[in-house]
Amino acid sequence: MITIEDIIKEENKVFSKTKLLTDKTFSYCPGCGHGVAHRIIMEVIEEMGINEQTIGVAPVGCSVLAYDFMDVDMQQAAHGRAPAVATGISRVFPEKYVFTYQGDGDLAAIGTAETIHACSRAENIVIFFINNGIYGMTGGQMAPTTLVGMKTSTSPHGRDLHNMGFPIKITEMVAQLDGVQFVTRQSVHTPSAVRKTKKAVKKAFENIKNKKGVSFIEIVSNCNSGWKMTPVKSNEWMEENMFPVYPLGDIKG
Amino acid sequence: MGELRLMKGNEAIAEAAIRCGCDAYFGYPITPQSEILEYLTLENPEPITGMVVLQAESEIAAINMVYGSSACGKKAMTSSSSPGISLKQEGISYIAGAELPALIVNVVRGGPGLGTIQPSQSDYFQSVKGGGHGDYKLIVLAPNSVQEQYDFVSLGFELAFKYRNPVLILSDGAIGQMMEKVELTDYIPRLSDEEVIKRTGSWATHGKPESRKHNIITSLNLQPEPQEQHNHHLQAKYKEIEEHELRYEKFHCEDAEYVFVAYGTSSRLCQKAIQLGRAKGLKLGMIRPITLFPYPTNPIKKAAKKAKAFLSVEMSAGQMVEDVRLAVNGKRPVEHYGRYGGMIPMPDEILEAMEELIAKVEKKAQKKAEKKAKKKAEKKAKKLAKKEKE
Repeated sequence: MITIEDIIKEENKVFSKTKLLTDKTFSYCPGCGHGVAHRIIMEVIEEMGINEQTIGVAPVGCSVLAYDFMDVDMQQAAHGRAPAVATGISRVFPEKYVFTYQGDGDLAAIGTAETIHACSRAENIVIFFINNGIYGMTGGQMAPTTLVGMKTSTSPHGRDLHNMGFPIKITEMVAQLDGVQFVTRQSVHTPSAVRKTKKAVKKAFENIKNKKGVSFIEIVSNCNSGWKMTPVKSNEWMEENMFPVYPLGDIKG
Repeated sequence: MGELRLMKGNEAIAEAAIRCGCDAYFGYPITPQSEILEYLTLENPEPITGMVVLQAESEIAAINMVYGSSACGKKAMTSSSSPGISLKQEGISYIAGAELPALIVNVVRGGPGLGTIQPSQSDYFQSVKGGGHGDYKLIVLAPNSVQEQYDFVSLGFELAFKYRNPVLILSDGAIGQMMEKVELTDYIPRLSDEEVIKRTGSWATHGKPESRKHNIITSLNLQPEPQEQHNHHLQAKYKEIEEHELRYEKFHCEDAEYVFVAYGTSSRLCQKAIQLGRAKGLKLGMIRPITLFPYPTNPIKKAAKKAKAFLSVEMSAGQMVEDVRLAVNGKRPVEHYGRYGGMIPMPDEILEAMEELIAKVEKKAQKKAEKKAKKKAEKKAKKLAKKEKE
């Protein structure tokens, strides 16, 4: 009979967690895209061997505790201010790899000015933008990227165009700024999407090395808890409803 | 003696930043302090010393850039004036919570709202008592000359790193705009990255080497118990600062019967008022707080043993006077005199206010003495009447 010990062998290993993720249990809901996005970023940093030169900035939102999971030096920024904080880091340590990791409320509502101006100044940083169309941490309120008609706790009858306006496509806005080198919109809900995102993340960190200015990576993601769906259903809903408004692919660079 | 230069107060701050080895300045224009950013961009220290000078998109962005730089263990600073400081308060609270060694300059103008661009001292509350959310204290330095504006930049950074606590220089539009002689100090070279890592490696973010755990800069605790612990730690630190960093100046206090309490521009005006009063034979003196936190509570309390009354003079509707009252604790009369909304009082009107206080106190003392004498006389008369009856 084959025992478990027979299976756990180095030659049978097909996957291992990057050493740059701590052993702390994720605080994210099962099925949420944050964990996968964290892993991809940390894998790339490990593969590039730049972890000792990397400083990350966590936002306010579900990923406020990103510093508990990412085993690099990290700062936690006030709501929306991560690009300004990253500017402060990158300007005094121009050789370091500085990134922000922000949600849609953080980056596209309260932090719009910081986002636009850090991009405009061509700060040598990577901005990761996790867009799930909702304020997850505070319990599922309407975000700037909430789709028209989408129900949230502060748009319980659906986002009403006349009252609440249009969702912001900030990634397309950012792409128009001269200080931005690379803009792409990806997702992490399928193996092929993960591979594409990882490629983009690598390109972004290489841009820092080559001092090319801002790389901006939007990851359209699910919020199964906030959307009140199962993880599988939320990913289907994302493909059907989010992707037509936020189409995947490279936008610039 | 160092090189002497005639400078504006705001320019002195900028020059001091370059000379004391500051790593980064992040600013945003607002009157009456824009010369700090202008001077630094004109001097352009980056190619020479490596000091970063950057105009941010807002006061909010500037203070958060300071957060990022000082969390790397670098000497970072920002400056603004009252409405801009209001905007920075969120960031200042985060900096205090995360225990970062930052320097903030507030060249105060009249308020509230957009107010005026003229000098004022109406930011005592928002600069000394917190301003942002939570139980925190800034070390607050109050210069009253262009020389002190210059000196307090280097002192501010020294204290900020000693205690890992934000330091605020509470200036005002008069000191920021006026020109005086300044004795400059020699250039102190900026620390190299290796020196910064050596000095701040235990807490700051420089990139995590294999040899240590990752350093995290945050002001968040999701659980209340560790957050209470963190607050205990902060309060202990503030107590230590109170014990070691009090700075104040006494002016003609030896024989003073009536004492002004004033800081910054007001203390300069009170000096003149004292001179005018002494020429009239009035025994006037002044206690000038140089640090507003820590506050010279004990020196004022001690002075209350001898002095007959205190007059707190501020270019505000009366903010610091609350701390004078707390120090005196009801033992002597404490009054406030102030002009505000951008107005600066003249020394003779300050003296007039003091003379009114003196008259009031003396009238009260006289009344008290008369009452006492009357009582005594009545008692005597009663006694006499009793004796006669017998």
